[in-house]
Amino acid sequence: MKSKDNATGTRYGMVVDLDKCIGCGVCVVACSSENNVSVLYDESDKTRNISWLKIYRITNGKGFPETEAVYLPRPCMQCDNPPCVPVCPATATRQDPNTGTVSQIYTRCIGCRYCMAACPYHARDFNWYDPSFPNGMDRYLSPEVSPRMRGVVEKCTFCHHRLMRAKAKAYAEGRRDIAQDEYIPACVEACPTKAITFGDLNNPKHEVSALIKSPYSFRLLERLGTEPKVYYLSTKDWVRRMADNYLEGEFIDRP
Amino acid sequence: MFPFVFEWSWQLDWGRIVFMGLLYMVLGAISLGMLYAFVMTWLKLTGRDKLYERLWLRFPFTLW
Amino acid sequence: MDLALIPNGVQRCSLKTFTSWAVLWIVLIVWGLVSAFLVFWKGLNQTNMNHYFAFGLWIVFDLSLIALGAGAFFTGFLTHIIGGIFLYPFRDNLRAVVNAAVVIGFICYSAAIAMLGVDIGQPIRGWFIFWHANVHSMLTEVSFCITAYLGVLTIEYLPLILSNRKLKQVPEFNIFGNTLHHIVALFAAVGTFLSFFHQGSLGGMFGVLFGRPFAFREGFFIWPWTFFLFIHSSIAAGPAFTLLCIWVAQKATGKQLVTRDTFTLLAKISGWLLATYMIAKIADTIGWAYGVVPRAGLSFMDFFQAPYGVWLIIAEIGIFGIIPAIILITPKYRERENLLVIGALMNVIGIVLNRFIVTIQTLAIPVMPFDRFMTYFPTWQEWGIAFGSIGYGILIFSLSYRYLPMFPQEPELNPVEVLGTVVTDSGAIKRS
Repeated sequence: MKSKDNATGTRYGMVVDLDKCIGCGVCVVACSSENNVSVLYDESDKTRNISWLKIYRITNGKGFPETEAVYLPRPCMQCDNPPCVPVCPATATRQDPNTGTVSQIYTRCIGCRYCMAACPYHARDFNWYDPSFPNGMDRYLSPEVSPRMRGVVEKCTFCHHRLMRAKAKAYAEGRRDIAQDEYIPACVEACPTKAITFGDLNNPKHEVSALIKSPYSFRLLERLGTEPKVYYLSTKDWVRRMADNYLEGEFIDRP
Repeated sequence: MFPFVFEWSWQLDWGRIVFMGLLYMVLGAISLGMLYAFVMTWLKLTGRDKLYERLWLRFPFTLW
Repeated sequence: MDLALIPNGVQRCSLKTFTSWAVLWIVLIVWGLVSAFLVFWKGLNQTNMNHYFAFGLWIVFDLSLIALGAGAFFTGFLTHIIGGIFLYPFRDNLRAVVNAAVVIGFICYSAAIAMLGVDIGQPIRGWFIFWHANVHSMLTEVSFCITAYLGVLTIEYLPLILSNRKLKQVPEFNIFGNTLHHIVALFAAVGTFLSFFHQGSLGGMFGVLFGRPFAFREGFFIWPWTFFLFIHSSIAAGPAFTLLCIWVAQKATGKQLVTRDTFTLLAKISGWLLATYMIAKIADTIGWAYGVVPRAGLSFMDFFQAPYGVWLIIAEIGIFGIIPAIILITPKYRERENLLVIGALMNVIGIVLNRFIVTIQTLAIPVMPFDRFMTYFPTWQEWGIAFGSIGYGILIFSLSYRYLPMFPQEPELNPVEVLGTVVTDSGAIKRS
């Protein structure tokens, strides 16, 4: 179920420069507040809390003087060949053929969690509890994003409402194209080190289309054939190696 | 599942045709079987089943 | 007290004894109902499932119940579809177990569907699967087929219920039951078709997960190999489970319910299917280990980490696969009742183990190299629903045994002699 036109259509994607990421977590906070992500009573339960964007800390596993650690922000990969979309029994998730992003219809999701079993990135979160916004957090809810009810799966949408906003603005001004800066997700906007770049992967005017051609670019679990649209950059070989599974001697360090 | 569901599409998608075709065949077979059982019960109860002993309707089931 | 309801020509324990037996299982059912209530009220946080273990004990139970319930469709298929021609010499043997197989199938499927109703996060929206059906999803296919098949099983169960001595006295019921019984072959055929696809699709559900190299399989057309393996394994386990249930019923009642050669026949069918399944399963495992696994950049042993170690696959294929297959296909071993039952039990355990591995291990294994390896243990609420379904099954089976002529050979094998009294059709007791 590949999106119809991978080569020419609009395909929104993201490039995360891991060399710039300091693991501050601002992108996570921005994402959560932008998208009305609810809070658990015990937010330390990281196997059940909801975070559309999660930061993994990966290390090279070496002893003290040579220890290196890298922070890897992991939004939904918005795969071109998403494993989660064809498995949904109730057609509650679909890939937008115009943008390539994978969306979730919360009011239709029945909560069978088959999509979560299908996703190797753990990019999908299930609402194990009733949503709660304690201590006046409810007053900060964004009217542009619907909060999710208990028992449904939710996921990163590349801040789809921001695309809608940008489209409406462009339409009002009589334009068809949306410029690179007009539509960026909250995490990209918030990143203090400008580690995340966002844009149309197929549009040569957008910075990302050049960045993904870098020899240092890679994607997570590329070998499975999910075709993620989130790219990473790292000059460190061990980081690129950690992004996928390799048999002995398969991974070749790049210049 | 039904053509009046707002997302129903009539596009020639083989998966859909095969799936829905088989589904409705199965549902049809079950409903016809039940219909037969109800009608035959009714006929037998009203004493008219002798008439149907000869009918072709019984034919496929006498095979077994 | 309930003498009027008990079938003709058979003897049953007193109502008191039966009630105390039933209470045992009602307790389990209450445990299940309390758990279900808690889950409906408070949500799935009552379980120990999490983002890593999106499926848990319930899905393992569902898959196992549906595999073990395959005895219903397969026995029905053998009895009503090909029984008249190819299995003519065994017609009586098959007829002797087909009722019990249908009851077991009904129990398994109704319990599985009830469990799925608790398992989904938004049970009220369960009908969206049908309404907004995504025909490309294996789970849609499973839902459609098990729901339709539960209907078929109910229809197959009805003639048996209506042949209860008291219900039979109502002419409408009697005639309706007989008419249904006449066309049972039609329903057996439909049931076979439906079962073939949903047993397969349950395997396909995991085989299509190309993001999970442990479960992913290539296949034929749109069906991954697990599709065919699941059909094969379910028809291998189904007759063995039917055999086990009847054997347990025999031990519990102290009566012979079917002839010994019926057991032999079931064991033979199950054994040969298991033996051929084992060949297919080993071929599939080797194909997977040299195909899917290295292509994903992994090695065979990467998938087996404590506690889900390599012992699991040894247990599944070796201990609970090859050994019961050998026991059940060897006439010498099959003739010994102890070995026969042990073989059937090991067969069933092997298939349940397979369903467990397919569900839990698939989810436990991290695909991203830097991800954590998680383990999972169910909460009492999860166990409650699982044990509740077992209690429900035993209760329905016991009730069916007590009040319905489930085993046609029983009156013959256990002639009733009640010291010169004869129980008549109307339930009155005459002294001669």
